[in-house]
Amino acid sequence: MSTTIVVLPGRRSDTVRFALRESTRRVHVGTYTAAVIDKRVASLAAALDGLADGATVMVGGFGGSGYPAELVSALRERGTRDLTLVANNAGTAATGVGVLIANRQVRKLICSFPLGRHVREGMETFWDLYHAGALQVEILPQGTLVERIRAGGAGIPAFYTPTGPGTMLARDKEIRTIGGRACVLETAIVAEFALVRAAIADRTGNLVYRRAQRNFNTAMATAARTTVAEVYEVVAAGALDPEVIATPGIFVDRVVVVADDRPSRRVYGQAG
Amino acid sequence: MSGAERPTLSRAQIAACVAASLQDGWYVNVGIGMPTLVPNHLPPAVEIVIHSENGILGVGPTPAPEMADPDLVNAGRELVTLLPGASLFSHLESFAMIRGGHLDVAILGGYQVSEGGDLANWTVKGAELGNPGGAMDLAVGAKRVFVMMEHVTRDGALKIVRACDYPLTGIACVTTIFTDVAVIDVTPAGLVLREVAPGWDPAAVQAITEPRLLVPAPPRTIGG
Repeated sequence: MSTTIVVLPGRRSDTVRFALRESTRRVHVGTYTAAVIDKRVASLAAALDGLADGATVMVGGFGGSGYPAELVSALRERGTRDLTLVANNAGTAATGVGVLIANRQVRKLICSFPLGRHVREGMETFWDLYHAGALQVEILPQGTLVERIRAGGAGIPAFYTPTGPGTMLARDKEIRTIGGRACVLETAIVAEFALVRAAIADRTGNLVYRRAQRNFNTAMATAARTTVAEVYEVVAAGALDPEVIATPGIFVDRVVVVADDRPSRRVYGQAG
Repeated sequence: MSGAERPTLSRAQIAACVAASLQDGWYVNVGIGMPTLVPNHLPPAVEIVIHSENGILGVGPTPAPEMADPDLVNAGRELVTLLPGASLFSHLESFAMIRGGHLDVAILGGYQVSEGGDLANWTVKGAELGNPGGAMDLAVGAKRVFVMMEHVTRDGALKIVRACDYPLTGIACVTTIFTDVAVIDVTPAGLVLREVAPGWDPAAVQAITEPRLLVPAPPRTIGG
């Protein structure tokens, strides 16, 4: 005689209805709740706990969309120094990760777009540090940047790409002809911390994004020892449709709620 | 008559010329700068899907202020909308589209283009840093690369040259050059003058183009 457990319809968030069967006979019906995994942290300060001087930190976002503004502000408050930042843009003294550069917390920046519309305005400290050799800037093609992050998250140490050969950015890198095309060897990037923004998390760290928020965030979330997501709302496990989760919770270590600065625009799963 | 005295196309006219070269159903990446003008000139009833490197296919026009959504921006960080059939994704899928050869054309700005189709567009000569963004990926990854630029610099320096002396974005990657005086195809035989702006003839375009232009057939007049 075999005993089996089957899941019954009528599942609610964080609980599962089940039946215990012996052959075809139900011998017990019950509910099961597991809420052991809880990645919520109470504050931005707690979200950055353990982020040490000299760490490599990935910061997601593109043009403000998906940019973890509150975590970056908290990192500035924290004052952690000698950071290697991985971010698409350098920002300015008032915007983006530029606030960390202006606060002299950054030793190296790995990016694809260091100079914004204003090469000088708001970039005074950036240039001072750069000229003094106190700030290194590694420029990468944007696709190579995200692929190196992806490789880091996927356990791939390096890869060849046809982007870059013959340009300054491939200088000093290994070139190999593959399939008749010159390709450059690029190595994986991993980080101690990744800071991302999504719209909603559940308590297990599953993330859904809105509009163009995904950008670098989904790749960066995979490539850090500790990934911290700032979100507008945390819901119970089961409240998010598993089919729309773009970052599975396995990649997320901490979730912190921040004020929703786009409240009127929160629309999921439907056009508009 | 020297080149300077002939009328040149406006940026909007160059954009219209590029737009007229796009085919129905194409997936098109539009770079920052002058290329952002191209979508405004697409003929009605043509379905072109605009790709933005930050994770959008089906980019629509600028929103009315009440429709503006700060989470919906294009590669130039300008507010945009979504057209019916649009999709959203991450940089991973976006650059798989770019690097995997899925885009029909990338429209990029340019500082210089060489006779062999090399492109320089990410930083100027002698600059300390520059912004490649997605340009190097687009240059090697898109099926076609259209470059939009003025034919000469403000100081009159030639921009279509035998060999670029600005830092390169990609080698032998340009398909067609659209300037304020001509449309030039990069072919294995060399640069082919395909179209000229009104008031221009092959000799006048050649006078401000360093490599020799091939003119296998009389060039069409742009907008004519």
